[in-house]
Amino acid sequence: MTGSLSGPLVEIRKLSHSFGSHKALDEVSLNVEPGSYAVLLGPSGSGKTTLLSIIGGFVHPAEGSVLIRGNDFTRTPPAQRPTATVFQDYALFPHLSVGNNVGFGLRMRGVARARRIGRSREALAMVGLADSYNKMPHQLSGGQRQRVALARALVVEPAVLLLDEPLGALDLKLRRQMQDELKALQKRVGTAFIHVTHDQEEAMALADHCIVMNDGRIEDQGPPERVYSRPASRFSATFMGESTLLSGKVLDLGMDEIRIDTQIGPLSLAGAGEPGFDVSLAIRPEHITLAPESGSVSLGEATVTDVVFQGSFKRVSAVSAKDPQVAFIAKLRSSQAVAVGDTVTLYASPADMVLLSR
Amino acid sequence: MRIAGKILVSTYALAVYGFIFLPVIVLVLFSLQATSFPIPPFTGPSLRWYEAVLADARLTSALFNSVLVALLSSALAVALGFLAAWGFARYHLPRSGLMRGLITLPLTVSYLIIGMGLLILFNAAGIPKSLIVAGIGHVVINLPLCFAIIYSQMGDHQVNIERAARDLGAPEWKVLFLVSVPVLWPAIFASFFLSMTFSWDEFVISFLLTRFDTTLPVEIWNLLRSGLNPRTNAIGSLVFGVSIVLALLLELAFLRRSRR
Repeated sequence: MTGSLSGPLVEIRKLSHSFGSHKALDEVSLNVEPGSYAVLLGPSGSGKTTLLSIIGGFVHPAEGSVLIRGNDFTRTPPAQRPTATVFQDYALFPHLSVGNNVGFGLRMRGVARARRIGRSREALAMVGLADSYNKMPHQLSGGQRQRVALARALVVEPAVLLLDEPLGALDLKLRRQMQDELKALQKRVGTAFIHVTHDQEEAMALADHCIVMNDGRIEDQGPPERVYSRPASRFSATFMGESTLLSGKVLDLGMDEIRIDTQIGPLSLAGAGEPGFDVSLAIRPEHITLAPESGSVSLGEATVTDVVFQGSFKRVSAVSAKDPQVAFIAKLRSSQAVAVGDTVTLYASPADMVLLSR
Repeated sequence: MRIAGKILVSTYALAVYGFIFLPVIVLVLFSLQATSFPIPPFTGPSLRWYEAVLADARLTSALFNSVLVALLSSALAVALGFLAAWGFARYHLPRSGLMRGLITLPLTVSYLIIGMGLLILFNAAGIPKSLIVAGIGHVVINLPLCFAIIYSQMGDHQVNIERAARDLGAPEWKVLFLVSVPVLWPAIFASFFLSMTFSWDEFVISFLLTRFDTTLPVEIWNLLRSGLNPRTNAIGSLVFGVSIVLALLLELAFLRRSRR
């Protein structure tokens, strides 16, 4: 095999695929670096699972190519790919013991029995199930089955591990716990993981590289901190965490500054753009306050429509008095007195507003 | 009033079960008759008619033929039914619903029609009547059944299990033999024994499609033509016993499945 040692581990070039008349993927390009934890985040129907299936070889794309370590695997069947998949429903073999489940991949590769057993035991120990070798899958809990599925996929030492909503079937507490374990496991084995989820908290907690998908396209990608603080699109600003969106037109440009005529009046902030262009401003809930702070500007009056107490903070929804289309979402300190029906004046700093052109 | 109702219910139940089982009980009872006629009074018990049956070369060879036809035709029907079910469940085929309907259609056609059809077909093709031809007939009647049972158990949850096997490096034939077949084993087992039961009891097709070597039901019919005789009771009891064993095995297959 020829293959480059430097460069991306997985390289996706202009993938397009349709199911009937539905365009599941539309010219998607993506690189995954060696040793990284990539998370494909998007709502159902965004194409994230189709993309994972194409990388795993279960779906052959209509157009585009998949390169792993520089070799083209676009039309290679799953059996001959350096990938392994952890399925959403775990897909353990119900008629085989846990040990034989884990050893299945090695058996297919013709690894001798003694060595197979040894390596299966090591893999099970790695996921904390050393004593379950002889059990049957139906004797295990959901979380344990999940670990067996992980061990089974990792024991064949894939170049990249694909995880299809692996935590979707677990309850919230177990999900958060498995999240931490997944991250720790990935750092320990050093294999690149590509993980599909619709849970933005899961994505932020796990990802080195977060890919936000919508409607068969990549909306935004990068480190989760960047995607959260400077989202690239309206969709990304509202799907990866919440945002208040203000739409408007660019009025004029100053020195490193533009003025935008928004739904709630003109606002100036640092940035660049063409006058007359439609743009949006996104403001994260934690950046909206009830009192002016240094550098902040007024967003006008608004009527509180909903207050949800969430322990350390209150999530407040309010509708602008100037334009009822504008729905503010603010995270306020729990001690702040605010009730449904109150009229409040909201403030935010232009520095915290993100200028979006799409 | 209440007591009267209870008596009525019990009597009715007794009548129903009596109606179903009395003929079988009478059959088995008089197979143990010591004298030459299977009519009251009961003179047994004696195993002389069983001895007579087992000493009868025609009956024992028919018994052997029946077992052979049942085993081979059921195995073939299960194999073909499994592959058809797998194809329909795993691949997107044009007109899938219509094709599935066509495969299960023989279930609704009478054995007489199927037997006549095969007779005419084989005649036209110049293929002589034989056990093999009758076996083919049994595959025709049992394949739809095997297909229906196995297809009904081949859910989508197994799709990912098969994918996982492929993902881990299994070639297609290993996916089939190491994963699909073992996972569907209860359904395969059940349809095999159900086919065995039907083939074992089947008369019309065997009657139409065999000539010299024939199956046990046809041989029993030959025997009956010369009048009642405890030998027919004995052979009938044997046939019944085998059917019971097959039914129990079938039950076992389903029980094992439901316990999982």
